[in-house]
Formats: sequence, C-alpha cells, structure tokens
Amino acid sequence: MERTISVLVEKDPGGLVRIISLLTRRRFHIKSITLSPCERKGYERIIIVVINQSDGVDAGKQLTKQIRKLINVVNVQDITYLPLIERELVLIKLKVNLIERTEILNLAQIFRFKITDVTDSTLILEVTADPGKIAALEKVLEKYNILQLVRTGRIALIRESRVSTSSLKEYPEFEVLTGQNYLNNIEDLFKKDY
Amino acid sequence: MKRKKMTKINKTKRSKQFFNLVTYSEKKPNIEREENEKKEKIKHEDIYYFSKSSYRNTYKKYSSDKFFKRRTSKRGELDREERLKIALQKAQKEFTNKDHKVTKKEHTKKKTTFFKNINEINQETLYLQTGAFALFDTLIRSGIHSVFGYPGGAILPIYDELFFWEEKKFIKHYLVRHEQAATHAADGFSRSSGQVGVCFATSGPGATNLVTGIATASLDSIPMIVITGQVGTQFLGTDAFQEIDIYGITLSLVKHSYVVLESRFLSQILAEAIYVAQNGRPGPVLIDIPKNVGLEKIKRFTPCYGTTVHKVLGWRYKVKNQLDNIRMALHRLSVSSKPLLYIGGGVISSKATRELSELIYRYKIPVTTTLTGKGAFDEDNRLCLGMLGMHGTVAANFSISNCDLLIAIGARFDDRVTGKLQDFACKAFIIHIDVDEAEIGKNKNVGIGIVGDIKKILQKFLVLMERPEHKWLEKPLREEFQNWYEQTAEWKHDFPLLAVPGDYSPLPQTIDDVLLPQTVIKTITEIKPYAIITTDVGQHQMWAAQYTKCKRRKWLSSAGLGTMGFGLPAAIGAAIAYPKEDIICITGDSSFQMNLQELGTISKYNLRIKIIIINNHWQGMVRQWQETFYESRYSHSNMSEGAPKFDILAKAYGIRSLYTERQSEIWRTLRDALEGLDPVLLECNVLEDENCYPMVEPSKSNSEMSLSRELSTTPEGLVINKEKERVELSLEEDK
Repeated sequence: MERTISVLVEKDPGGLVRIISLLTRRRFHIKSITLSPCERKGYERIIIVVINQSDGVDAGKQLTKQIRKLINVVNVQDITYLPLIERELVLIKLKVNLIERTEILNLAQIFRFKITDVTDSTLILEVTADPGKIAALEKVLEKYNILQLVRTGRIALIRESRVSTSSLKEYPEFEVLTGQNYLNNIEDLFKKDY
Repeated sequence: MKRKKMTKINKTKRSKQFFNLVTYSEKKPNIEREENEKKEKIKHEDIYYFSKSSYRNTYKKYSSDKFFKRRTSKRGELDREERLKIALQKAQKEFTNKDHKVTKKEHTKKKTTFFKNINEINQETLYLQTGAFALFDTLIRSGIHSVFGYPGGAILPIYDELFFWEEKKFIKHYLVRHEQAATHAADGFSRSSGQVGVCFATSGPGATNLVTGIATASLDSIPMIVITGQVGTQFLGTDAFQEIDIYGITLSLVKHSYVVLESRFLSQILAEAIYVAQNGRPGPVLIDIPKNVGLEKIKRFTPCYGTTVHKVLGWRYKVKNQLDNIRMALHRLSVSSKPLLYIGGGVISSKATRELSELIYRYKIPVTTTLTGKGAFDEDNRLCLGMLGMHGTVAANFSISNCDLLIAIGARFDDRVTGKLQDFACKAFIIHIDVDEAEIGKNKNVGIGIVGDIKKILQKFLVLMERPEHKWLEKPLREEFQNWYEQTAEWKHDFPLLAVPGDYSPLPQTIDDVLLPQTVIKTITEIKPYAIITTDVGQHQMWAAQYTKCKRRKWLSSAGLGTMGFGLPAAIGAAIAYPKEDIICITGDSSFQMNLQELGTISKYNLRIKIIIINNHWQGMVRQWQETFYESRYSHSNMSEGAPKFDILAKAYGIRSLYTERQSEIWRTLRDALEGLDPVLLECNVLEDENCYPMVEPSKSNSEMSLSRELSTTPEGLVINKEKERVELSLEEDK
C-alpha cells in the first residue's frame, strides 16, 4: 500500500537532505520523491510516495509526525485518501523497426502520448498520465526494445471540486455539490447509503 | 534616542560598546515559581501548551504590557528592576540639584534628515562590530555566562573576541582537555541547571570529537548549543586544511543545525538556535561558523532577542486544546482499579515535579521512574517503587505487568524498559503524555495520547479534579486503589534490594572482609543525601540507580546512548553550575579511563568534585553479559593488565587520593573523602565477580527476572531455582 505525503518546506540548501536523512534512518521505503518551487516565494513543495510495509505499523502516519518535527518544514499532510489529481511524466526511448513504429503510432492515439523525437531506428515518447495509465503502458511496451526510460516522480494536488474519480466509479449516484468543502462531501459518502 | 547616544559615545572614545549588559558576577534575577496561580480563572483560549516560564522561552519575560508600561525601546533590553533603578536615579538627580538652578529642557528637536550627504557618513561608526561580537552579545543577552571549549585555528577570531569579554567579566570560558569533554560538560551543566549549555570547538578534528557528546544529548533530549569553527567561506568545499563537513556528519544527531554564511545573520541565528534548543522537545543545536564570518564587520549592528524569534517560530510549539483527551483519561482513571504511573525524563525537563507529586498524592497511585526520570518524585515515599526495566526493582516490574492502567508521562518506551514489547503492560490500558507527537504510538500502541507540555497538562488534570463532577471521586477511588497499593508494598517487602540475599544489615559480612560495590554506593547516599550524583555507564551505573535516593536534577547519567566516560566531564559541568554543592562522580575503572584527562580541568579550576572509582578490574557489564549469555568466554573484557595506579595518577594531577578495599573501613574512608571543598579521588577495590541483579534478559517479559545467579522469577510471581531445574531436566534426559 502506498502513501502520498505532501510537504511544504522553507527554501534552504539543507532542506531536502534533512528529509532524506530522516527517511533513511527511520527505515522508510521510498518509491518516489519530488521537490520543486511552489506558489509561495522562498518555499518548496515535496511530494513523497512511501511504501507501507505490512508489519502493523502505519508508515504514513509515523512519517508525517516525524517530518513535522523538523524545523524547516512548514506543513505536512497525508493526502492519500483525499480526492487527488496525480500525474507523472515519463520519457521513453525505444528502438524500433518499421513495423513496430506503426504499431506505436497507433498506440499513441489510444494512450494519448506524444512522439517527440524520431530517427531511423529510435523513437522518444513523452507520456503524461496518472499512475494507473503508466502501469498499463509499461505492460504494453514490455515487448519492445526500450533503450532508456526516465520518470519525473509523482506529483499530486488536492481537487478543489471535491470529487474523487475513484469514488465516482464506485458510487455512480454521487451528487456533485458545488460550493461546499470537499471534506464534507467525503463524510456524506459514509453517511448516505449508496 | 538610543542610537544617538551610541554615536555620541563612539565619537568621544572608540572602544567596544557593551550596551547595557549585566555581568555574571552580579546577582542573577531570582525567578520564582508562580505558586499562587489561580487555576480556575484560566480561559481555554489563553492556554498555550508550551511552557511560559522565563527559563524556557522569553515570551513572558518580554511581554511586558501585562505588567508595566514600556519605558525603554520596544525590544525591552532592560529588566523591570533595572528600569525602576534608572527611574530612581533620575528622581535622585532631580532632588540633589544643589545649585538650585532651574534646569531648562532643551526643546530644540533636531531636524531629522532622511538623506545624508554621502561624504558626511562616517564609515567607522557604521561598521563597528564584528561577527564574533554579535555572537557573544547574543549569548549574554540570552543569559549564558559560562562556556566550555577548546581553541583551534578556525575558531581563533571568536576566541580573540572572547578575550575582551572575559576581561569585562561578562562571560567565563572553561578550558577542557578534550572536545568530547566540552560537550559532556555543557550537557551536565544543562542537566543540572535546566539552562542551555554552550560549547566551542574548532573545525576538523575538534568538530568530529564532538559527535559523541552531541549524540548523548540528542538521545536524552538535553538543550545544548554547539558552536564549531570552519574554514573560511572561500575555501568551503575544497578539502582545505582541517575542513570537515560537520553539518553533514551531525545531520541525524541534532535537532537543528545552521551554517552561518554572512555575519549579519549571526545574532538572529544564535537567538533562534537557543529558542529552538529549549522549546518543544529539547535537543542539541549545531552552529557552524566559517573563519571569516567571525572577522567580518556588521553594518549597524542591532542586538537580537528571543521575543523576535518567538514571533517567527512560536506557532510551532502551540498544540491543540487537549481537554477532551484529558477528560477521557480522567474517566479511565476513575474506571480502573490498578493504576500505575511510569515517569520519564520529560517531567524533569518541563519542571513539572510539583504538579506530578500533587497528582500522585491525591489518589495515592504507585509510581515507577525510568533512569532519566529518577528523582522526579520523592524516592523515599512509600508510593515510589524505584526504577523499572532491565535492572529495575522487582516490585516495579511486577506491577508493570499486573496493572490495568498505565499512565506514561514524558517517557518513550525504550527497549531497555519494555523488554519484550508484546508482554509489556499487556493487561493495561495505556495513556501517554508527551510533548513530542511522534513518540506517541511509536513503539507501543496507546489508548489515549495527549500531546503538549507536561506541566500545562498536569495542571489541567489538577484543575479538572478539583471540579465538583470529579471531586466526589477522590474518596472512593482512594479506597479502590488501597488494595493495589498494598499489593505493591507486599512485593516491595518480599523482594528488597540487597547485596547479599537474606542479609539485611547495613554492612553485610563477606569472606576476607572484601568490599562490596553496593555498600559503597549505599554509604555514599547515607553520608551525602543531597549531593549531585553523576555516573558513567556500566554495572556501577545500575547499582547507583538502584541504591541511591536522589532529588530532582541531581541525577546526571547518560541513559539513551550509554556513553562511557560521561561521568567525569558531566561532573565538571554540574560543578560550574552549582559551585557550592557536593558533586559526586561514581565511576568504574574502565569508564574513568575513557576521559581521565579531565582530571587536569578539575585541578586547574579546583572544582568540588569527589570521584569514586568502583574498581573491579573488569568491564563489569560486558563481563556479566559474557557470563550469562556467552558461556563465560571473557573476550577482551579484563582491564587488570595495563591499568594505571589511580593514586599516583591523581597525585600527578595534584588531586588528593584515597584507597580502600575493606568492608569495615568503607564508612571512615568515604567520610574522609566526601568532606572538604577540594577535589578527591577515591579508589575502591571491590569484589570482582559481583553481578548486577535483578536482571531482565533482553526479549523476555519484564516479570521474568533473574534475582541472583541461581534464583529467578516466573510471570506468576513465583521464585524458582534455575540450577536445580537444570539438574532435574538433565536427569530426565538421562532416563
């Protein structure tokens, strides 16, 4: 089980080092970590994805508490179970022959990725998608000859529309109520019998 | 106004300006506890869950508008007394105007010109103070008057500035013989006095020597400021001479660390560091200062105070209102029948001992303390069960595994305390009170976790108990807990701490009159019950923890990290904090040899430290473990070869030394050693193969203790003979 944690830190040369040293010495298993400047000047936002091991300890909860102790951290939030938009950018360099190239061009329409660089024998794909789609694409591309692959790591933001797409799938009658806090709507999920 | 004055003085004589600082030789302000606080009147919105006492943060000290109107500048440089003094002086001047002349007030206000001609600006008055000046200025404004350290190349600018400040008697520097001892001394200073300890060291080797001391402070949550020198900023990252990335090395040990790259930030950073080290869960803070920063001049230096830092960082230490949790905890207490309090070092560091004992006396709840929490509650009281855990008393460990409500206050469920985690307090509902949110539910799942300063929360507890809806509970609950108390008292009576099982006399008879280590420690506390005791790590530490009775902040021992060689430097720190009190350093022969160069420091400053070496020619605890778990294969634990003659060693440093190895002589020699003001070293040659019991073997439940080499207890509370059982088992196998 993965946990997504969003951290707002002050801009500081030792900021990321502090968090990473905490993650390593407390034996958390990191899947991805991204740091970038954010909407406030002098602050940075870090999105950490941790793997929760199945030994009874809630890694996400413990990690948020530990990170909150650091002085350069302004805000920490465990956003796993909130309605989210999660995206990841993947660049893939493929070695292809003529037949494979046409196959991949067809795939581009299905998966809506771009082809940014073309030579006689190689292609570079640029994919921006949520984690599920990327997993599906990886499975499809397994049979091709992948030369190089880069991922940016996951970034996530809470939806202000208060609608989680996964909850929409599960509860098709879910009403979209505008003008209320999204947290109220989540509580509705438990109160009403769908 | 102030600045004008300054510039005037500067023009007249260009010397160092010390503003309006107080020298350490003068009386320190007596800060008394507010005992007569009206607890009922506190509004919920006004309660902050961090300590407001003036030792811990400066909020109250400087939020003067509640108490009096400001008379000086808004930063509040002066105390209230001093302001009154100034007012009195002014009044006196008016009355002692002997010439009877009417003093005219100068109404001519100077016209302020916002834009000066560039040529008129005097560069020398603008750039007057250096970075090193800013460092000491902030230190003294924060009330720090003693500093430990060892000079070196990269920290020379700071030591050069220190020369002037020492001359003016603002600060006193204590030279140690090794940097590790500097951190331990600062640690001991902070443990005994409750203020921040400060230590200096140079870059490279000096800085790396500090690491052990920082780790010790960090694991025991001791507020401490560590200032290290560094090579100049132009050489940073070039592997220059004596350059080490101490910021990176100590990253996982400190609460926070800073690298100062410009001298104008230095005073702010230091004030912030002192604030951070003391508030929330205390911890060590490291400041790395490159060489040229100390020399760099600051343009228009303004001193920095804790108030400004509080405005920036104060929000960090505010916690949500915990009233609901406290109510739930009180309800649990009223439902339970066998409650037990488990006290850690947090109670001492938040100065909540008074509130704690009030809580205990109200319902008569039995108490056990951890190694760091020793002394938080009166140890002679009948409710005190002593230390729990691996070498804890039998009564404490039995009551831990039998209680049905465990209230842990400022403790962290360390593995030496819990033993096997599943069996620790397995029948109990656990309530955990701590400042650190991350500690709650870290090792053991808890029922109710209350986050906040322990003092504030215990006060809240007491206020709630006073209210009519809980007040009627007092009598029935006391009666309910009476049975439980009687049971703990029975365990206490059945399993007393004795050196020789069955021998209740103060001086147990031994073969050839050999000295027992337990009697040494027992007689120390009998002779000096109010002394500050520091220990090293090993068997003698555990014996001292079992047999001594301490008052709060008079027990200095490295608990979390278990640093050998901690005792002697920590005693130096305590002796500097309290020069008029007895300081006894109980140490073992091998622990003493880890930091014995500090005898030089003791003899230089002639500190009132009594060193008592319990010499059994072994690394005692290592030998005990090798005996019990490794079938008596004593690998490199004997210290008899190459041991120095301690009496000659002490004489070489000019310290009086004594020696004893007889049980009958011990009282007399200890009395001789402990009286007087000069440092003394007493070597006690004790029985070599004495083991520290009771002992819980690691990864066993707390109720399974071995009481001596043969006897051990079972979880049911029975005593069995291990040797006999072994023999019986082997006989069965033979059949």
